Amino acid sequence: MEFAELIKTPRVDGVVLHRPFMPTVEGTLCLTGHHLILSSRQDNTEELWLLHANIDSIEKRFVGSLGTIIVKCKDLRVIQLDIPGMEECLNIASSIEALSTLDSVSLMYPFFYRPLFEVIEDGWQLFVPEEAFKDLESMTDEWRLSEVNKDFSVCPSYPSLLTVPKDIDDESLCKAASFRHGGRFPVLSYYHKKNGMVMMRAAQPLTGTNGRRCKEDEKLINATLCAGKRGYIIDTRTIAVAQQAKARGGGFEQEANYPQWRRIHKAIERSNVLQESLIKLVESCNDQSHSMDRWLSKLEASNWQSNVKEILTTACLAAQCIDREGASVLVHGTEGTDSTLQVTSLAQIILDPSCRTIRGFEALIEREWLQAGHPFQQRCAQSAYSNGKPRSEAPVFLLFLDCVWQILRQFPCSFQFNENFLIMLFEHTYASQFSTFLGNSVAERVKLLLSQKTVSLWSWVNRPQELERFLNPLYEPNNLVIWPSVAPQSLQLWEGVFLRWNRSTKCLDEAYQEMVHIIEYNKELQNKVNSLRRQLAQLETEDSPLQTP
Amino acid sequence: MEHIRTPKVENVRMIDRLTRRKSSVGTLYLSSTHTIFVENSEARKETWVLHSLIYNVERLPTNSSGSPLIIRCKNFHVYRLLIPQEKDCLDVLASLTRLSRPERYGELFCFSFNPNLDKELREKAWGFINLKAEFSRMGIPCNLWHVTAANHEYRLCDTYPSELFVPKSASPAVIVGSAKFRSRGRLPVLSYFHRDTSPNLFIASICRSSQPLTGFSARSSDDEQMLQAIMKSNPVSEFMYVVDTRPKLNAMANRAAGKGYENEDHYTNIKLQFIGIENIHVMRNSQQKLIDVGELAAPSMSDFLWGLENSGWLKHIKAVLDAGVFIAKAVAEDGVSVLVHCSDGWDRTAQACSVASVLLDPYYRTIKGLMVLIEKDWVSFGHKFSHRYAHLDGDPKEVSPVMDQFLECVWQLMQQFPCAFEFNERFLIQLHTHIYSCQNGNFIGNCQKERRDLRLQERTHSLWPHLWENRAEYTNPLYRTDHSQTQGVLKPLTTAYCFKFWKGMYGRAEKSVASHQSPADCLNAVREESQQLEEELSSHQEVPRETDAGQGIHMHA
Repeated sequence: MEFAELIKTPRVDGVVLHRPFMPTVEGTLCLTGHHLILSSRQDNTEELWLLHANIDSIEKRFVGSLGTIIVKCKDLRVIQLDIPGMEECLNIASSIEALSTLDSVSLMYPFFYRPLFEVIEDGWQLFVPEEAFKDLESMTDEWRLSEVNKDFSVCPSYPSLLTVPKDIDDESLCKAASFRHGGRFPVLSYYHKKNGMVMMRAAQPLTGTNGRRCKEDEKLINATLCAGKRGYIIDTRTIAVAQQAKARGGGFEQEANYPQWRRIHKAIERSNVLQESLIKLVESCNDQSHSMDRWLSKLEASNWQSNVKEILTTACLAAQCIDREGASVLVHGTEGTDSTLQVTSLAQIILDPSCRTIRGFEALIEREWLQAGHPFQQRCAQSAYSNGKPRSEAPVFLLFLDCVWQILRQFPCSFQFNENFLIMLFEHTYASQFSTFLGNSVAERVKLLLSQKTVSLWSWVNRPQELERFLNPLYEPNNLVIWPSVAPQSLQLWEGVFLRWNRSTKCLDEAYQEMVHIIEYNKELQNKVNSLRRQLAQLETEDSPLQTP
Repeated sequence: MEHIRTPKVENVRMIDRLTRRKSSVGTLYLSSTHTIFVENSEARKETWVLHSLIYNVERLPTNSSGSPLIIRCKNFHVYRLLIPQEKDCLDVLASLTRLSRPERYGELFCFSFNPNLDKELREKAWGFINLKAEFSRMGIPCNLWHVTAANHEYRLCDTYPSELFVPKSASPAVIVGSAKFRSRGRLPVLSYFHRDTSPNLFIASICRSSQPLTGFSARSSDDEQMLQAIMKSNPVSEFMYVVDTRPKLNAMANRAAGKGYENEDHYTNIKLQFIGIENIHVMRNSQQKLIDVGELAAPSMSDFLWGLENSGWLKHIKAVLDAGVFIAKAVAEDGVSVLVHCSDGWDRTAQACSVASVLLDPYYRTIKGLMVLIEKDWVSFGHKFSHRYAHLDGDPKEVSPVMDQFLECVWQLMQQFPCAFEFNERFLIQLHTHIYSCQNGNFIGNCQKERRDLRLQERTHSLWPHLWENRAEYTNPLYRTDHSQTQGVLKPLTTAYCFKFWKGMYGRAEKSVASHQSPADCLNAVREESQQLEEELSSHQEVPRETDAGQGIHMHA
């Protein structure tokens, strides 16, 4: 297919652009296969380059022959284009609609994007499972790297290499896989160096209504327990939801078959409910006319903050079992690709200081989200302004980022990255020139030849000149476990995302700059003092005659 | 001492509500001013609870482990004790109930509080804030405004300060006549004079008063002339605003009692504006609901947000801030003078005037400036501190968190303008505690006259120099005098989503919810270290050495 077929009117003059916090610009609107561009051809006004993939929905309005298109973006920004001429306006609108909803992955921008920077460190090679396993090997010899899924046939949503207990052979893994939803048998998610406890994740067991059991599955997870120790199974669903799942062939681990495990049910919402929640939240954030009562009641009704609290609470619970109770943990929900990953990744941020560095956090996203098979492409196809009925869209990863932001807010000195890093990740999951978040699993990414044909987000982000924007000036490495408060009054609305386009952040940005300035000045002084001290010490040794003891 | 039945109880358990593990056992001592809990642990950690800060004491039914006692403080600290013997618990309850409700001023803590200052220093301390100097900072007196002796010996209005600033053009007869036409004699006088530095050179002012005694039809030509004089003191403007901070319905209802609001037909060139801040009773109930939200055991997010909405607290904070924004805009952007009043002109009026002043004048965003503002708009103009903050056992209907709301408005502004204030949150919380604590004489009584009669300056100590000496603790590291946020008028957003729950104030019932790391504290530590490094650098430089020659060291502030 040619993009040109979809572009009926490639350019229109005299278009007026309105966008948040910027002066109105009049200029020429151009449509390309992947971008909507507005340029005034004047030096001092910024051009608009908007990826079609970033457009969530559009609205058209006409007053006489002047058309207006309201463009609502997946990053929650809303811009307005005034287009003279009804036909032009209609053409532009239908082109945008078509170009922003292309179904074929291979037509996406990352396949056409050529970086203007030199790729020094290839992001595709940064976080390979073999490397992570080497780290694990240095701490314990209880685990092995299995190739049972090397052609993705045992579990299509798992990567080709998986970390499993040493004593469990591949044949048992296959049997356990057939007992778990989508073949997602229990695998290692995290090893807690401090006490050797582990966190595993899986999908729900397929017990069904007649209580099917699987010896291999039982053996597999029991292999992770120390003699005489009990473990915890954290089911992210309520007991009622888990019960209902039995009727559809799913279910949960029966006490009788897993006597060494204690099961705890939590209540993390499923994806379609989360999508509703996001839509309601953004709707209320965008209505500036709300009275205080109405705002608070809308915020409450959106349930967004409740979702944040529930996810964080569950992650704290998992971390507590491991660090405080000294017990191993298995986490799963239904499919094991959404709430499960929220919990396992947040628990690691709480427990493991290395996840709070930039590299460590990137590795965490690779391990626990991308390689673990979170279906990014399905979940992030549409955002808060989508009109259609959600299919499998859901802000699962955005909620994870929100939870990270909450912890970052409570521990502002313990993270190497700042809020901008999280916002950048949010943007790139929904629309990007990089392909990191394309596809729904490793298998799909391999098939699309992403690592050969496209550029990884990490190749760009990790360049020193980009990284600078994302560094937290207050960072002091902190080797402790950090326990966030999950009391409602400790959790705030993530203004950086949800109010980003509604209120100017000038004063907050200035405060940030001031903070950077204070810290840089301190470093500058330290350097000077240190060099003086060195010179003094040198002078003293030169002055005093050599004394041999 | 006669109220203390049991001066000492052993084996008392102090309970942390969230984590029982953090509970500690110790001995409880009752003195005439404090209850002190000393832990049995190695560290002998002490917790001091000032009796005048106690809001109430509640005993729960005795259970197998003892008699629980909950002490709730006016600064929202909550202490949970478990006393082994029921009899001891009853004794402590009776003692604390009496000790926390003094009946006479003489019993207040400030009269026994002795920080070991000699007489001379103490007197000097009372001169730390000087309102005359503050008016002269504003440029008053000038050719338009002067001081009047009309309230000498408080003969015109016993709740006003003795020195009042009025338009030069208002004759003594007009002043007296206007006072007679205002509730409790609280006539319109100058609160803040805005000398504009912008090219507009506006010289608009904020005046304050109580409601006029208009009833349904009464009028006073003196009062009308008084307002005319105020308007004329701003030569460039052709009208003035009268801001009635009450909801219009309340103002109308007052007419039946012979009070009310200005009739725009009788007063020439005024524009009347109602703001709709609710009365002290609504505010008292609202805050109680907010406190209850803070005390909920393990609330869900919905419980919390619903409770927050149901309390109405943030709605009221928004109303107060909106009033300030309206006044500041009129004065700074339109160059129009404003007269602010409510009913008596000592609660909502004080809030609106002082919030507007903080928005208008960078000086009031400094540590010293906020002290001056509180001294001027609240203390000197007869805000009824002892009634509102229940210093004495009295009418519970007089109690209301008026000052709490002002401090919270400042806090909300700090969230929007992090570099604009010299002080930090801790300073606001410390002020809040002292408004209730009765440790110093500053906030005792209900007006200047009462304080004079109590001879507070001879018998008690002033809070201000004490706070000033410790200002390092109250400094915002992001504040810089030459920062753009420090200059000029603040224009905050008052959209509903801009208002936050003040966790530092109302989240204190939960010890475990205390914030984990504070960026401000980190930055203060960094700045302190920078200062030491600067000193070290300059000391090295004082001893010139050859090797230092190439070390061009640039100091910046």
